[in-house]
Amino acid sequence: MSIGHTLLGLLEAGPRHGYDLKRAYDERFGHDKPLHYGQVYSTLSRLLRDGLVEVDGVETGDGPDRKRYAITSIGVTDVEGWLATPEKPEPYLQNTLYAKVVLAMLSGRRAEMVLDTQRAAHLRVMRQLTHRKSKGDLADQLICDHALFHLEADLRWLELTASRLGQLAEEVRA
Amino acid sequence: MRWPPAALSSAEAASGTDGSAVLLEGIELRKSFGPTLALDGAGLRLRAGEVVAVMGPSGSGKSTLLHCLAGILRPDSGRVTYRGTELTGLPDSSLSRLRRTEFGFVFQFGQLVPELTCLENVALPLRLAGVRRKDAENRATEWLARVEVGDVAGKRPGETSGGQEQRVAVARALVSGPKVVFADEPTGALDSLNGERVMRLLVDASKETNVGVLLVTHEPRVAAYSDREVVVRDGISREVELAG
Ligand SMILES: Nc1ncnc2c1ncn2[C@@H]1O[C@H](COP(=O)(O)OP(=O)(O)OP(=O)(O)O)[C@@H](O)[C@H]1O
Ligand SMILES: [Mg+2]
Repeated sequence: MSIGHTLLGLLEAGPRHGYDLKRAYDERFGHDKPLHYGQVYSTLSRLLRDGLVEVDGVETGDGPDRKRYAITSIGVTDVEGWLATPEKPEPYLQNTLYAKVVLAMLSGRRAEMVLDTQRAAHLRVMRQLTHRKSKGDLADQLICDHALFHLEADLRWLELTASRLGQLAEEVRA
Repeated sequence: MRWPPAALSSAEAASGTDGSAVLLEGIELRKSFGPTLALDGAGLRLRAGEVVAVMGPSGSGKSTLLHCLAGILRPDSGRVTYRGTELTGLPDSSLSRLRRTEFGFVFQFGQLVPELTCLENVALPLRLAGVRRKDAENRATEWLARVEVGDVAGKRPGETSGGQEQRVAVARALVSGPKVVFADEPTGALDSLNGERVMRLLVDASKETNVGVLLVTHEPRVAAYSDREVVVRDGISREVELAG
């Protein structure tokens, strides 16, 4: 999952210290894999270097956590582009897809956009598999079926997420 | 296994439907049922030989869109054009003739006449079009064999399995050589293997005889038989364009 984009997405809600950002990330997306401080600060310094975030204020004292980071307009464009780009269809995407859906809602965008774009990308691959299945031998059919069922599982989960959006929207804003 | 499985060459993947004549088109369709706005400016275009999947959440207006395009429902506003003729202007009698002669229908279940045998069900559209009984039954027999359920010809629908019944329904939808087949969740009540058979029959008809198929489904594996998909949300339809 792209930590940079996720941190940027969280910053869209308002400027934060690195520590805060780590906590927000861990709460929403890091249940079984919290971020290390090192990852947070190295990611933030890369974002800073690329002009996607800026330092919004520094408190007295030292250490990186004194800095407060804010997203720049280039950063917003970057998040926007990330949300609009489907993930490459492959198994076990749920972390990234979940992050995209949540961040789209947090920032007041339409989460369905993420779902529909991803469906289009998945279906494109599923059409190729279906086509190959119709031409192939039994082994080909079985292999394609396996892939098709896994891709379908992603989409079914996305659709369920979509139909729960109302509920989810309340939870993420709370 | 390899993941993802090897992609097709671009020649294999090309759908080949570009440039075919537009058969059916709905523009800016609106339809309310009392206070419920079911369609809020939906539209769709179907070409000959093309399979278009209509997807979207439950209650979003998929079936209503299909019914408006098929001339079963009249939209409150907007236009439906079939091969250049505007359906919205036709009287009921012409609409029902059009549905009989040009369109075929496959639904999730309950579409066969329970009192008739499977053979009589498949022959029915031909009989209604004035074909003599003997000829109609001969053609129906051919179709039942083609969809691999020749053995249920003499049974009534209630005496067949769901998968057999649905293949009979496909035969009935195709027997009179329609230009458009409307299929609303045609695999909804079937297991994977039977669902696949039904979809193969529809896709083959579309590619071999240039039928346009409008397929409403919520199953991605079923939608994967289509050439492209249209998503309906809150009565509005949309097609996602991917870059690359
Ligand atoms: N005959 C009717 N009378 C009243 N309301 C209707 C009628 N037909 C549809 N509706 C309403 O219009 C909306 C769209 O219904 P429609 O059947 O088109 O949805 P759908 O997308 O096909 O859903 P599903 O996936 O559950 O079949 C729904 O709110 C439904 O309750
Ligand atoms: Mg429906």
